[in-house]
Amino acid sequence: MIYQDSKTLLAVRGLHATVNGIEILKGMDLTVKSGEVHAIMGPNGSGKSTFAKVLAGHPAYVVSGGAVEFEGRNLLDLAPEARARAGVFLGFQYPIEIPGVANSQFLRLAYNTVQAQRGKDELDPLEFDDYVRERMKLLEMNPDFLDRSVNEGFSGGEKKRNEILQMALLDPRIAILDETDSGLDIDALRIVAGGVNQLANKDNAIVLVTHYQRLLDYIVPDYVHVMESGRIVKTGGKDLALELEARGYDWVGAELKANARVRT
Amino acid sequence: MNTVSTAGYLDRLLQGQPPASPLGWLNQLRAHAVDRVGALAVPTTRDEDWRFTDISPLTKISFQPAQSMAPLAPASVEQWAIAEAAARLVFVDGVYAAEHSFNRAGITVENLVTGLNRHGTAVQTNLGQHAGFERDAFTALNTAFLHDGALIVVPRGTALAAPVHLLFIATHKHAASYPRCLVIAESDSAATVIEDYVALQDEAYFTNAVTEIALAGNAEVHHVRVQRDGAEAFHIANCAVSLAQASRYHSVSVALGARISRHNLRVLLAAEGAACSIDGLALIGGAQLADSHTLIDHALPHGTSRQLHKCIVDGAARAVFNGNIMVRAGAQRTDSSQSSRNLLLSGKARVDTKPQLEIFADDVKCAHGATVGQLDVDEVFYLKSRGLSDTAARNLLTYAFGAEVIERIPVASLRHQLEQAVLARTQTAEAGAARPS
Repeated sequence: MIYQDSKTLLAVRGLHATVNGIEILKGMDLTVKSGEVHAIMGPNGSGKSTFAKVLAGHPAYVVSGGAVEFEGRNLLDLAPEARARAGVFLGFQYPIEIPGVANSQFLRLAYNTVQAQRGKDELDPLEFDDYVRERMKLLEMNPDFLDRSVNEGFSGGEKKRNEILQMALLDPRIAILDETDSGLDIDALRIVAGGVNQLANKDNAIVLVTHYQRLLDYIVPDYVHVMESGRIVKTGGKDLALELEARGYDWVGAELKANARVRT
Repeated sequence: MNTVSTAGYLDRLLQGQPPASPLGWLNQLRAHAVDRVGALAVPTTRDEDWRFTDISPLTKISFQPAQSMAPLAPASVEQWAIAEAAARLVFVDGVYAAEHSFNRAGITVENLVTGLNRHGTAVQTNLGQHAGFERDAFTALNTAFLHDGALIVVPRGTALAAPVHLLFIATHKHAASYPRCLVIAESDSAATVIEDYVALQDEAYFTNAVTEIALAGNAEVHHVRVQRDGAEAFHIANCAVSLAQASRYHSVSVALGARISRHNLRVLLAAEGAACSIDGLALIGGAQLADSHTLIDHALPHGTSRQLHKCIVDGAARAVFNGNIMVRAGAQRTDSSQSSRNLLLSGKARVDTKPQLEIFADDVKCAHGATVGQLDVDEVFYLKSRGLSDTAARNLLTYAFGAEVIERIPVASLRHQLEQAVLARTQTAEAGAARPS
């Protein structure tokens, strides 16, 4: 939701990034204020997921230009773990399976690490168990998921619920959710979206990276951005997503070229 | 190293042989084994089966069976206790220690010398029959020393829920021991056997073990093998398993100790519908070498085998895995999969892995794969994106890599012991942590 007195959480200016020497982001600009929900849409290969990973600090992506400020700090100076502790959360498109580590163990380790960094109390296994079970209700998750290895043998929907559970535990200032809707059936989509909606408040912000409009029926964005060739080429309200759903992405590019011709 | 000197080495080892048995057939078996020891030599790296494992350091030391045997304090034994065990046999430097052994299992779990009285025929039928020694010097050597050992007989239709613990404790420097285990699982029976090698000292010693496990129709055996020998130990082990119709054998082998260890495991699916799962973990560092050779031999149709072998190698250590899966011409509808996964934690660590499929049947499903590498970048990033430090992320993933095998051990307290051991061996200190100034 757009609030009058909101603060700027994230300011991305002219961001360029490469992977394996190939430039994927070519001048990305985005401003996200507290309380807002942004959707970044665009065709495959437009750079959406790259943008999400660059914000979280994936080592395979090299920033070659531009700046990213997060709550007034230079985000690009921070290691991935420092970004997480500062309040940046990435919900993975493909969450990693970690056989041999119980989900409860992983969740508690992550929770306590972030709590300690924020000067808050850590929880022992029993206290954490109570806390995490409460949070799992948000996502209608079976407590059995605590005893299983992290994401191992989870269905697509279960993995995405586990991602949002991590978001609920880590309480980020900004959550970037990369294709959280992919691989979800309609029931799972409703549950995951419901969880995200309950976690959204006036002090945090959500950036949804998605190919399809479907997710936006459940999590209503304040802004919809269209990415093409590594930058945002069009921004609108939630109606833009419906238009994209109806007309596809090609017209955005065509419109862009037409405008460019008019200007020259 | 040349053949003459190492052949002489085996002869010198033979000098410590126990006296003749009152049993004619056992003396014959031993005499045959002595002949084979005389004809065979200590393998060298010129032997294909020992290409990566140079055992010659063994021959630099003269090992003999321990002579004097001071009784062990109970605490020395109980530190290795497994709470769930229904029976335990303890062997100290290869010698049966009745005072530390117990049996509440309600089945035969006793030393071989005692067990021969009641189970003479069953023992004669199986002992030395599964673990062939015609071509293997170490199996021949063990058989030449065959005198006592561990005997487990699970009677027909008996399912033993609690595990049996076979504990082999090394206490003497330069002692040679020849542990021998025989497990007979009669039809429709089930049992869990833990074969556990530990040490109370860190000097060199030589353990040369042979285990034979025979499963009758529809029997099920869980076999956990833990090699946590002393740092300078030489550990050679041969295990042969034979599966009758619809029987199921599950093994988890964990190698943590010894300077040089070699584990040969041969599983023969000798009848239709037999199934096995063979999992292994070697976690080594320093100058250790851990070698695991397995053979899963599908001889008849509708057999199933699953294998996961993992190595975590640090320092200048070296791990060897040779996993042979044989599917014989008659073994149609065999379903087999094998995975060898290896994690190298240092630039000097090394692993040689060789999955081998030999398939002579045409209607089979066989999959195998091997990976060698460092921790996956995406896995490390995932954990760091949740706030974990680089060190914490790597420690957790390394632990998890080993824990995946440990988890398969069906005995909770042993699992916990080994998880702690893996944890202790896989955790490096946090970079930038407080140092003494």
